Amino acid sequence: MREMVRLFVAVAVFSAVAGGLLSTVKSVTQERIELQQLTFVKGPTISKIMEGCSNNPFDDRFKLKDGEREIDFFIGEFDGKQNTVAFEAYGKGFGGEIGVMVAVNIEKDEIVGVGVTTHSETAGLGSRAKTDPSFSEQFKGMSIEDTFMVKADDGEIDALSGATVTSRGVCAAVMEASDTYKRLKHEIVNNMKT
Amino acid sequence: MAKSVVQEFTKGLWAEIPPFRLVLGLCPTLAVTKSLENGVGMGIATTFVLVCSNVLISLLRNVIPKKVRIACYIIVIATFVTVVELFMQAYAYPLFLQLGIFIPLIVVNCIVLGRAEAFASKNKVFPSLADGLGIGIGFTLSLAALSTFREILGKGTLTLPFIEGPINVLGPSFQPFSFLIEAPGAFMCLGLMLCVMNMLGKK
Repeated sequence: MREMVRLFVAVAVFSAVAGGLLSTVKSVTQERIELQQLTFVKGPTISKIMEGCSNNPFDDRFKLKDGEREIDFFIGEFDGKQNTVAFEAYGKGFGGEIGVMVAVNIEKDEIVGVGVTTHSETAGLGSRAKTDPSFSEQFKGMSIEDTFMVKADDGEIDALSGATVTSRGVCAAVMEASDTYKRLKHEIVNNMKT
Repeated sequence: MAKSVVQEFTKGLWAEIPPFRLVLGLCPTLAVTKSLENGVGMGIATTFVLVCSNVLISLLRNVIPKKVRIACYIIVIATFVTVVELFMQAYAYPLFLQLGIFIPLIVVNCIVLGRAEAFASKNKVFPSLADGLGIGIGFTLSLAALSTFREILGKGTLTLPFIEGPINVLGPSFQPFSFLIEAPGAFMCLGLMLCVMNMLGKK
């Protein structure tokens, strides 16, 4: 019995020390990890959909609370004015959640660009939502008030052939982005130097 | 057991070089050696874990109760692996994306647990440190050799660590053997390497 207790205590002490060490390391590196994820996962998409902006959207970013969620907003400067904002929204695709970055011009309430950031769709079919520019460019210039739906659901967006579910997921994400934008527009404008 | 620290270090570089002589740790050896950068990254991560766990386990060898030693070793190893994983995410995110699941899998790399059980738990700190360092560097060199071979013939390029982008080695007219960077090609390359090692080792 005594030996059992001794073994138990040994393992417990080991685990406790290890846990403490890990939480320290985690808290030290957390901020940098978030930054790296932004740069390498969302970065390429952001610079693609806000091509030609004269600032670095990463330096000019802010966070807003939307209910429970915190959303990162990236500011784009065009023609010397901070008039575009990009943020991420999610929709359900074929293989899981699709993350879609949506850039909106706040003066015209118009979509500047849409790009997929993260997805787990079928390679070669659904994955074209990220790689095929002719799909994502359909959103360009649409008003944020529009309804975004694929043609099969009486909408205006041409779905990717063979990947209707993925296309619906992207549309749902843009719809969510549109709702978020309408809800938070006042706060977004306050955070930008127009 | 009267070997010098230097001998403990050098045995990992040739006589007991892990993937080729001990034929241990084959899972990462086969999986991540698609490019030189990945191979070296994986080697360095494993070396760090190996050295740290060897030193710590050697220091604690009289404290750890014999009956639960494996559990304790795994806790020590898993802690260092998680530390490596976090630091890699923070400072080398693209490499982390490339290596993915194989970083957490260092926990079950039999080289690390093997050295803890077979060496560090029976030896003093300095020989354990030398042993970990030697085996780790040997492992890194093996991965580097294998991945250089596979990448040059499989893609015609070479991605050096710390340098952006692949370097085209064999020129544009080279038709790559893309088979070599697929999984079966890994087995074939490893087999060839083992064959060469055995030929060289034969007196």
